[in-house]
Amino acid sequence: MPMNKLSLIIKREYLAKVRNKSFVIMTFLSPILMVGMIVLIAYLTKVNDNQKRIIAVFNESDYFSTDFNTTERISYIFLKDLSLQAAKDSTLGLGFSGLLHIPNRNDLEEVAQNAFFYSKEAPSNVVLDPLEDIFEERLRQRKLIDIGVSTEDFTTINDKFEINIATFSGEQNLKGINEMKAFIGGGFGYLIMMFIIIYGGFVMRSVIEEKTSRIIEVIISSVKPFQLMLGKIIGTSLAGITQFAIWIISASLLLFGIFLIFGIDLTGLSDPSAIASNPMSSISPLPPTASTMQLYAIEFLQIPWFMLISLFLVYFILGYLIYSSIYAAIGAAVDNETDTQQFIFPIILPLMLAIYVGFFSVFSNPNGPIAVGFSLFPLTSPIVMLMRLPGGIGEGGVPLWQVILSIVFLIVTFIGIVWLAAKIYRVGILMYGKKPTYKELYKWLKY
Amino acid sequence: MNNILVANNVTKKFGSQIALNNVSLVIPKNSIYGLLGPNGAGKTTLIRIINQITYPDSGEVIFDGELLQPHHIALIGYLPEERGLYKSMKVGEQALYLAQLKGLSKSDANQKLKYWFDKLEIGDWWNRKIQELSKGMAQKIQFIVTVLHEPKLLIFDEPFSGFDPINANIIKDEIINLREKGTSIIFSTHRMESVEELCEYITLLHNAEKILDGRLEDIKKEYKNNMFRVGLELENGENFLELISDKFDISHSQYDMNRKQLDFTVQLPTDDTRSFLAFLSSESIINNFVETIPSVNDIFIQTVQRKNAHE
Repeated sequence: MPMNKLSLIIKREYLAKVRNKSFVIMTFLSPILMVGMIVLIAYLTKVNDNQKRIIAVFNESDYFSTDFNTTERISYIFLKDLSLQAAKDSTLGLGFSGLLHIPNRNDLEEVAQNAFFYSKEAPSNVVLDPLEDIFEERLRQRKLIDIGVSTEDFTTINDKFEINIATFSGEQNLKGINEMKAFIGGGFGYLIMMFIIIYGGFVMRSVIEEKTSRIIEVIISSVKPFQLMLGKIIGTSLAGITQFAIWIISASLLLFGIFLIFGIDLTGLSDPSAIASNPMSSISPLPPTASTMQLYAIEFLQIPWFMLISLFLVYFILGYLIYSSIYAAIGAAVDNETDTQQFIFPIILPLMLAIYVGFFSVFSNPNGPIAVGFSLFPLTSPIVMLMRLPGGIGEGGVPLWQVILSIVFLIVTFIGIVWLAAKIYRVGILMYGKKPTYKELYKWLKY
Repeated sequence: MNNILVANNVTKKFGSQIALNNVSLVIPKNSIYGLLGPNGAGKTTLIRIINQITYPDSGEVIFDGELLQPHHIALIGYLPEERGLYKSMKVGEQALYLAQLKGLSKSDANQKLKYWFDKLEIGDWWNRKIQELSKGMAQKIQFIVTVLHEPKLLIFDEPFSGFDPINANIIKDEIINLREKGTSIIFSTHRMESVEELCEYITLLHNAEKILDGRLEDIKKEYKNNMFRVGLELENGENFLELISDKFDISHSQYDMNRKQLDFTVQLPTDDTRSFLAFLSSESIINNFVETIPSVNDIFIQTVQRKNAHE
């Protein structure tokens, strides 16, 4: 039996991609590069902030004598019996970060009002915040004494407190877990964007290659242009999914390894509801048996991974199909890659918008109007919706109707865009030597 | 049915530009058919319609007695003018892929490819990549891929452009072999002289319209106008030339005094060849007397001029 033509094309495109050396290198190198980048950024940030600052304190008042204690970041050097000018000169001469002058006044508030920090350049918050904290603390304490709270009482009321949070259905939440979830969703969204750009580019280059190598007409005398385009898009996306699969499997193995190394008890996790479903008894304080780390691990595993990954695949495939058919049409319209720029920019625009909207709007308010709007709009929904999804579907997360509606929008858009792209593709692949304009492309739609 | 392909009033427009205007033609089975005309005349558009790459705005195409349908693709072999292969794919793999796209099963394709690779003596190229081959080598593979599925109709668009003479002859011989086995063949080219000797039938396209078609022999008969190229050996050629110039339309005349050789072209009134020849032989020794048959190129130019004069 002769093989179905579409599957023949898919197979060829898939093999052509997967056998390509750059694919193999990308698959194994990019996670390493990614981790390397994160480590590098973390390291650089640390180096940047690691500089220990020395601040000269010229205290002429009777207050603050015990308050300036050297910390990891800042050490204090105390100057005495100098004129202010001499203090400034010596600070500058010794190369300290700055000079804090506390004048001699009768009243604490007056002292604070008249204190000055001198430095060569405008000081950063790393320097100012601790100083301001010291003043604030002292002033607060003073006011409390004024209204009759003793120093001892003051220290006892000054407990640190973090609020425990839970959803209405009673699941206990950990602080920062929403950020973590949004970050995971953001990661997925970002992956989709990268894949659309990279694999859409592959589709486009593959079309251009068929055009420039002049094999295109040989092939479309055997198959319909639409079959070829679809086969190319599907074959390339299968290669992309292969890459994903490799990454997801190795990431899970890596995570499993991390859990083992940190000695997190995975056996207890098989029934996480035992801990989480009974929040009233465990709201405060935290159950002594579960370390915070372990709770985070539980939360992490409680993220609806199966739903997330399956919906990720749905959004990835639909978003990819829409964008890559546009890429295919662009590839067909031009003769070489340098002519593609003017057409690519409008494609990347909504993708970038989705990422920015995601990071600025969805992180702070996953169910706000902007987040909802962009997660329904088909050109941005694959990215924005995925950023919202780690919160789950239904109560506390994304309403089910929004997920369904966005998928319906995606499917409708997919059909429309593929139809338009196929028309441009059909005409474009047989056009040589013309640098097309948008006007020209519009004409092709009517051929 | 005796015709492999019939086109009835085919019209195709691209926007406001007319690529084919009401073109009809009949291609008999087992013939070599020339689709001739300058660049931009509409040849490639017509071929793409036959291959169902594009579709006519109006008119119909009938293939082997049936209205043209997608499954006919497997019965047509097409070597486009713009032809190429995947550069980074291996020769064998690529040939198999293209053959399977034409509907052959893998084993069938394998077997046929082996036959053709042996026949054209390129069996050892199977595992090489196209980018390692020369242009001529790639053309052999393109040819094989075109004919492999034993189509009933073969279409070659500018078949000999880019071929070196040796390869061109090999391919030409193979095409003639295929014709003898019953295949019908369309040659499309703007270099009319390159296929003149091969074609039995021709169609001339000009500015999207058919301006002439028919059996080449008949066309030529029709277009020849009793012009003869004559070579004589005689004394005093100049006087003789003057003598006949009074009676006939003479051109391209030249007399070589040393060799006593007179050459000229003469336009004779119809049915007067015999008496003219008798007259010549009484006066001189006739070295040659050949009817000048117009080339397709000449015919094309004449037709276009005639047409323009009408308008």
